[in-house]
Amino acid sequence: MGPDAAMPETAPGAPSAAAITARRLVGRLAFYTFVVVVGAFFALPMLWLAFAPFDAHPTLAAHPPTEFTLGNFPDLLKNPYALPSLLNSLVLSLATMALVVATAAPAAYALSRVRIPGRDVLLYVLLLFSSVVSGTAAMVPIFLLVFELGLINTQAGVVLVLAGGLIPAGIFMLKDFVDSMPTSYEESARVFGASPFQILRDIVLPHARPGLAVIGVWVFVNVWSNFLIPFILTRDPGKMPAAVVIYNFYSEGGQANLRLISSFGLLYSIPVVVLYLVVNRRYGFRFYGGLKG
Amino acid sequence: MADLEIRGLTRVFPGGVRALDNLDLHIRDGEFFALLGPSGCGKTTLLRSIAGLERPDAGQILIGGRDVTRLPPGARDLAMVFQDYALYPHMTVAENIAYPLKIRRVGRKDRRQTAESVGASLQIKGGMLDRRPGQLSGGQQQRVALARAIAYRPRVFLFDEPLSNLDARLRLEARTFLKQLQRDLGVTTVYVTHDQAEALALADRMAVMERGHIRQLDTPSNCFLRPANTFVASFIGSTPMNLLSATVRDGGCDVAGQRLALPEIVRGQVQSGEAVVLGMRPEYADVSLVEVPEGLSGPVRVLENLGVDSLVTIEIGDLRVQATTPEDCVPALGDRVWLVPDQRRLLVYRADDGERIAVGPAAPFAETTVDAGSL
Amino acid sequence: MSPREAETPAPPLPASAPPEAGATALRTRGAVAFIAPALALVAVFLIFPALWTLYLGLTDYRLTGIQAANPQFIGLDNYAAALGDPRFGNSLWVTLVYVFGSAVIGQLGLGFTLAWIFRGWRGASRTVLEILVIVAWIIPSSVVAFLWIAFLDTHDGTLNAVLGNADVPWLFSWPLLSIIVFNTWRGTAFSMLLCGGALSTLPPSHLETARLAGASSWQQLRDIVLPSIRGHLLTNLLLISLWTFNDFSPYLITAGGPNFGTETLPIYIFRNALTNFQLGYGAAISAILLVINLVIALVYLRVLRKRN
Ligand SMILES: Nc1ncnc2c1ncn2[C@@H]1O[C@H](COP(=O)(O)OP(=O)(O)O)[C@@H](O)[C@H]1O
Ligand SMILES: [Mg+2]
Repeated sequence: MGPDAAMPETAPGAPSAAAITARRLVGRLAFYTFVVVVGAFFALPMLWLAFAPFDAHPTLAAHPPTEFTLGNFPDLLKNPYALPSLLNSLVLSLATMALVVATAAPAAYALSRVRIPGRDVLLYVLLLFSSVVSGTAAMVPIFLLVFELGLINTQAGVVLVLAGGLIPAGIFMLKDFVDSMPTSYEESARVFGASPFQILRDIVLPHARPGLAVIGVWVFVNVWSNFLIPFILTRDPGKMPAAVVIYNFYSEGGQANLRLISSFGLLYSIPVVVLYLVVNRRYGFRFYGGLKG
Repeated sequence: MADLEIRGLTRVFPGGVRALDNLDLHIRDGEFFALLGPSGCGKTTLLRSIAGLERPDAGQILIGGRDVTRLPPGARDLAMVFQDYALYPHMTVAENIAYPLKIRRVGRKDRRQTAESVGASLQIKGGMLDRRPGQLSGGQQQRVALARAIAYRPRVFLFDEPLSNLDARLRLEARTFLKQLQRDLGVTTVYVTHDQAEALALADRMAVMERGHIRQLDTPSNCFLRPANTFVASFIGSTPMNLLSATVRDGGCDVAGQRLALPEIVRGQVQSGEAVVLGMRPEYADVSLVEVPEGLSGPVRVLENLGVDSLVTIEIGDLRVQATTPEDCVPALGDRVWLVPDQRRLLVYRADDGERIAVGPAAPFAETTVDAGSL
Repeated sequence: MSPREAETPAPPLPASAPPEAGATALRTRGAVAFIAPALALVAVFLIFPALWTLYLGLTDYRLTGIQAANPQFIGLDNYAAALGDPRFGNSLWVTLVYVFGSAVIGQLGLGFTLAWIFRGWRGASRTVLEILVIVAWIIPSSVVAFLWIAFLDTHDGTLNAVLGNADVPWLFSWPLLSIIVFNTWRGTAFSMLLCGGALSTLPPSHLETARLAGASSWQQLRDIVLPSIRGHLLTNLLLISLWTFNDFSPYLITAGGPNFGTETLPIYIFRNALTNFQLGYGAAISAILLVINLVIALVYLRVLRKRN
């Protein structure tokens, strides 16, 4: 039941009971119409991805498979780029995740706990640059920089650029986690004589584990979905991640292979959707600026 | 065990707050010592400086005669219980209690054994040892924090408002428990609180602090009966002390246009025309419904039931004065009453600096039995 | 270390290292070592490119030809050229319409509406709708782009089927509207979740007080809810505007066409710089985009600061 329908209206001198009932009915009808329209708006474009991969003869229209098959998935093996590109995506995502977590975590910890001179300015500059400099706005120098470093067409180039863009937001999210941990945890350990290393190992890391998991997943999802950076930095189709390869499947001239696109698109989408739902269930997601999409 | 000495300790925070100002203090071996003061007076800063968590700008800290000013916290041999207990949520209760021993590289078996024996002495037993702190009640968490401090076997205990996160009833129980525990262990204890009742109840001696200074260093009963200045006078006592401006004249004084006798002992130390402040606890004045010649009189404006007594607010000229009356002689609202201070308990302070007008060692309270526990 | 030590009457500490204050034993030098790797990566791959963009925009750098070997400093010529290029003006306009339509009206409007009707509504239908919106946000954009190409297809598209075999060539006749709707579909979840979070921070007693006074839903919304979460709405608006200004995904559907009808600034930059290899000119347009970003970001940081 919609909340609006449940709203009591008991103002003094209110209209008669019949009028209220009629108004409620209209309100309820409008409410359900809205919900149905919005639901259809979000569901219909997605429907194709649910049906077409299992259709032996998919078309662009979303309809239940005319001839159900699972054969589209083994057929992906025949395409030289499809499955390797998923592996490329995995490598890119994991490498960027490792790099971001490994660098942002210590930075966030130090920025949260130590009064370094100029810390607030540094945080401000980081926040400003990370929101101002997008991959789109800096694509020219990013391309040139990676070119000059000889990293064009390498996964290292993509990883470094993506990590540079994600680290500031990663630092802010992790700093929030560390800030939320009472300093008395570490202080009490210090009073008992724990060394800095023991404090990090026994107290800070276990406490920050959910934060690290959330950041890790957040980086993974972002890199897995990112199109622009690998698109401008990779030339060799064998090195492209799935985001670029699937685009090539439907943007290149000629008749699009819908069996390939649909089954590959589903395979490529599932990991991030599952990851998101799992993490969301466990930790709840926090939202920050970044390079989503 | 050890005594604790603080010499000229000063701490100025960036931004200029002088949290500790050239502070001297000696805490005796085995003593239960309370640091009392309003929020922001520097109690926590003092405690943290003793622990080594705060760097003093000047001064020295000696534990058992050894200068520890420049030692890291872990080398000072003291245990601290924080206001939020600082129990690690990812460790079990037993692991929490034994964590100090883990740092000292005590073996797993011995750690478990210590956790069990110390826990048992604090009623932490059975299944509780293997639960997480988050699954315990506030009172249980507090005992786990105590157990962890005890398991460390320190020379000094530091407590920062350890009872303030408990609800009122539990706090009283924990207070009694803590006092007995300290007696049994005999470990020198520094206890920070902003609750005057807690300090009075627990401490052997106490320091009342204001803005980085100690305003009185004494036994609880002396702090209660003979506050050294109006600051301490107004801070201690569950019903606030009446502080009445008065002018000395002819061996007595004028209060809001009425006449009141001064205690004999201070008469020689004040001059006619001198401005003073009279300190009168509500408990130390009689309320009379019939006229008393040496009393302050006025109508009753507010009546509050305190259980055993009632608190009466009387309007005397432009002052409001409070006094307690026993349950059998409560006046009615609007009644005119006469207020007669107990001359032995009436305190006189200088109006200019708020210090109590000095009385010799043969103070009139010397015979009171309340002082018995002081030394 | 502190200048106030001079005024302190007590004897100062000996000069040797005092115990470190603060929670950890991490000293300033250690802290710098902790921060340095992250900072180095950010400096090289985020801050340096931004500054280089500003410089490149003042040159005639190209990837091929003489200018590749020996780029000349040409001052503001690129900017003059941009102002003289009707395609640039068109691109700026398209971007503004795209941001206003998809971020402000689409994502924020729909997102807030959904958050508002979800408040206090439990049940399976709510969960299904919420998950649909979120999944639309999570699916990678290169997949979403194709879903919309299929959905809007002239002959086989599901939309035309729903409308009764209308055969409307959406992407050809209504290209800008199409990508606006596409981006609304893709991004509403963020605003919905953020607004939902903001609404949940509202103390129930506020709304209950208004209800006791007889306020209707609409009056509660206008008088209590919107003023209370204005800060959240504003930060949300600024964030999604920033992202939409820099959104490259329309390229995946229309590649800027037909006839430059969906050529937003990011696509314009991409075509000039990385398709035609006019790197200097592309950088100049990028610099304009950076300035737009900077303005939005500065307002955003101000709002954030005020809210704290
Ligand atoms: N880290 C700090 N930085 C700046 N000022 C501080 C800091 N810690 C405490 N202070 C200030 O020092 C004074 C004493 O604080 P504290 O010792 O915590 O008081 P208490 O424990 O008595 O409430 C307060 O005015 C407080 O604002
Ligand atoms: Mg304190």
